[in-house]
Amino acid sequence: MNLSGSHLVGAIVAAGMFLAGGASAEELRVGLAQEPSSIDPHYHNLGPNNSFSMHVFQPLVIPDEKQRPTPGLAESWKPIDDTTWEFKLREGVKFHDGSDFNADDVVHSFERAPNVPNSPSSFALYVKGKTVEKVDDYTVHIKTEEPYPLMVNDIWNIYIVSDEAADATTGDFNSGKAAAGTGPYRFVEWVPGDRIVIERYDDYWGEKAAFDKVTFKPINSAPARVAALLAGDVDVIGEVPTADIERLKADDGVSLFQGVSNRIIYLHMDQFREKTPFVTGTDKNPLLDARVRKAISKAINREAIVERVMEGVAIPAGQLLPEGFFGVSETLKPEPYDPEGAKQLLAEAGYPDGFGLTLHSPNNRYINDAKIAQAVGQMLARIGIETQVDAMPANVFFTRASSGGPDNSPEFSFILVGWGSGTGEASSPLRSLLATYNPDTGSGASNRGRMSNPELDALIEEALQTVDDEKRAQLLADATDLAIGELQGIIPLHYQVNTWATRKGLTYTPRTDERTVALMVGKE
Amino acid sequence: MSVFIIRRLLQASLVILVMSLLVFFGVNVIGNPVDILINPDFTQEQREAAIRALGLHLPIHEQYFVFLKNAVQGDLGISFVFGEPALKLIVQRMPATLELAFAALFLSIVVGIPLGVYAGLHPESIAGRTIMGASILGFSLPTFWVGIMMIMLFAVMLGWLPSTGRGDTVEVLGIHVSFLTWDGLRHLFMPALNLALLKMSLVIRLARAGTREVMHQDYVKFARAKGLSRRRVVLVHVLKNIMIPVVTILGLELGSLIAFSVVTETVFAWPGMGKLIIDSIQLLDRPVVVAYLMIIVFMFVTINLVVDVLYSLLDPRVRLQDLKE
Repeated sequence: MNLSGSHLVGAIVAAGMFLAGGASAEELRVGLAQEPSSIDPHYHNLGPNNSFSMHVFQPLVIPDEKQRPTPGLAESWKPIDDTTWEFKLREGVKFHDGSDFNADDVVHSFERAPNVPNSPSSFALYVKGKTVEKVDDYTVHIKTEEPYPLMVNDIWNIYIVSDEAADATTGDFNSGKAAAGTGPYRFVEWVPGDRIVIERYDDYWGEKAAFDKVTFKPINSAPARVAALLAGDVDVIGEVPTADIERLKADDGVSLFQGVSNRIIYLHMDQFREKTPFVTGTDKNPLLDARVRKAISKAINREAIVERVMEGVAIPAGQLLPEGFFGVSETLKPEPYDPEGAKQLLAEAGYPDGFGLTLHSPNNRYINDAKIAQAVGQMLARIGIETQVDAMPANVFFTRASSGGPDNSPEFSFILVGWGSGTGEASSPLRSLLATYNPDTGSGASNRGRMSNPELDALIEEALQTVDDEKRAQLLADATDLAIGELQGIIPLHYQVNTWATRKGLTYTPRTDERTVALMVGKE
Repeated sequence: MSVFIIRRLLQASLVILVMSLLVFFGVNVIGNPVDILINPDFTQEQREAAIRALGLHLPIHEQYFVFLKNAVQGDLGISFVFGEPALKLIVQRMPATLELAFAALFLSIVVGIPLGVYAGLHPESIAGRTIMGASILGFSLPTFWVGIMMIMLFAVMLGWLPSTGRGDTVEVLGIHVSFLTWDGLRHLFMPALNLALLKMSLVIRLARAGTREVMHQDYVKFARAKGLSRRRVVLVHVLKNIMIPVVTILGLELGSLIAFSVVTETVFAWPGMGKLIIDSIQLLDRPVVVAYLMIIVFMFVTINLVVDVLYSLLDPRVRLQDLKE
């Protein structure tokens, strides 16, 4: 594994220095891989938009670079009983338009967020089942019907806007008319496809922003983004392609910053059909047998994938989230490469000669996704599972993988996918990928293998109702042990590591949520 | 004459209708936009709600009729991603693409014609052969690769030109253009050259072939016999005559310059329609994809219609033939 800890340490030290250093007159230009679709922080609940919103708007609680809660517009918060959380708001905060921040703005924002017209992906997810009550100007209670430990991880997605502009439309935000937040930068202009400009807000309540002005330039094409950095047209870029990392390391004018993300790349297997469409050479669905799933896991040389395919920029995975995240298992380690053991397991399961299998994968969604699928295919061939790889663009892949089969069932038998934990803890992947698929409760929404185990469901359910952190962490770890260690519901491959590059003299503090944010840029 | 025009108009509307069918259904087979647009954390119920909000729960033919009904009234749908009218988004970005296309057209003429004429006058010279060799490269090298190489050379290694974006713009008659500012020109040059390479090679070949043909015509011989300077013969008599095919072809190629600037715009992050369409395809923003293709179809149909009408005006045989059928 090539990922140097010193990069991470360096980045953190540098970030500390920048905080101490303060600001000077300067412009920062950021090359973005994905342009946000709006300035309205409640319009489109997706990565690029939520990343941009962080500069101008703020939630009550702000996730830091490791997705740990830090005080935002709320100075403190605590559960006061099983179903009520109390948030003490920050006093003396002013919006960019000069109006004062208080509890009414919070109530207004929670009302507006789930109900924005034409929203392609709404924020209702985080507001559902919660009642926001103003207690006094600077105290808010959020009530739920059931005990709800993930309160903070939900509400950090709701950015607070001013209730002065109560009927502001998305268009009013995009034009700048209503785009007043409380963040360290204020919105200046957006020229779609070309640039977004923000400038420092001098009356910001916290540490002042490091740059006078920040310009975001959307550059989708990865080689063009790298070239723009090398040419000095931008100062920071995100999503540096792994193939360019060696070259950039050798360049004296560029600094690289790497950090592990909350995203796991994994294999999902059909565990619900007696006969599965993309398996050949047998009448049964061999993937229903946990021994076969274990055999596949043993057949994969994760170190080799990380070294060769990912150029060292990834971490072999044994569970759903890397070490250090809330609710991970202490005992699960990456499955060691053991082709002999794999063959033996296959023989025990009744497939001494293997079978045929097709692995479907996206080819433009995750770092090197199609190449990883090809490597996995070759490794499986070595234990007798003749594997074909079929990679396709993400816009085709996800529809077929989720609902391309009869009655909107998942179409494929064996897929390569990734999952980033938006909450920054283990319940998100457990509930979405491994809990029983159930539209009524909303569990297992991305369980494309349709694995179902009552014992596991009960553990996850209990964890999601346990407010006590220590107990919940244990329950999540137990659930992970059962789901991966025993049942092998999915096969973890590696945790994605993201790379940012800056021009010499700047630093970037990597974020586990993979966001490219000017707030993370510091000066050496 | 009016019969001819009415017939052509009917044919054009039919083409547009058939294309709308193909485009609409074609785009709908790719995948479900909701799977790309929503946050992966959504539950099944919320995903269902998102599908309804976008009107994707209706059977495909009903969606098509809704689209058709609105399209007739000039409404090509609301972008799934931006929540704004698709037509507005495209029109917003049209000036950038048109500017790029015209700059490329300009470059291909001012570079292509002199080189082509020179190669035509001196077909056996080293320079003439080099020009022809280069034009073959211009035809055959992929635009994407050339674009990246140009960025590497001019922006990264030499540092002469900016690698990306559009630079400063000024507003002229309500339209933002970049060719009137120095910064804008610097941004415009590389993408325009990149887009122009193919057309430039085409112009070189046309000009060379034309020059070689014209040089042997009687009127050129006569002009020379009259004692006109070689300069005057080439610049006035030869040039005028080779311009006819060049102008005809370039007029037709302008459409493809506008429609297919996609690759260049992506490489240089040029904020035009081409970049919008690529982004929209990746995000399955169906209304924008459909609206863009419909606009392009409309553009080509209009160009062809105008050409047909012009032909019929110039050549009565065309419309007579039509009437006889």
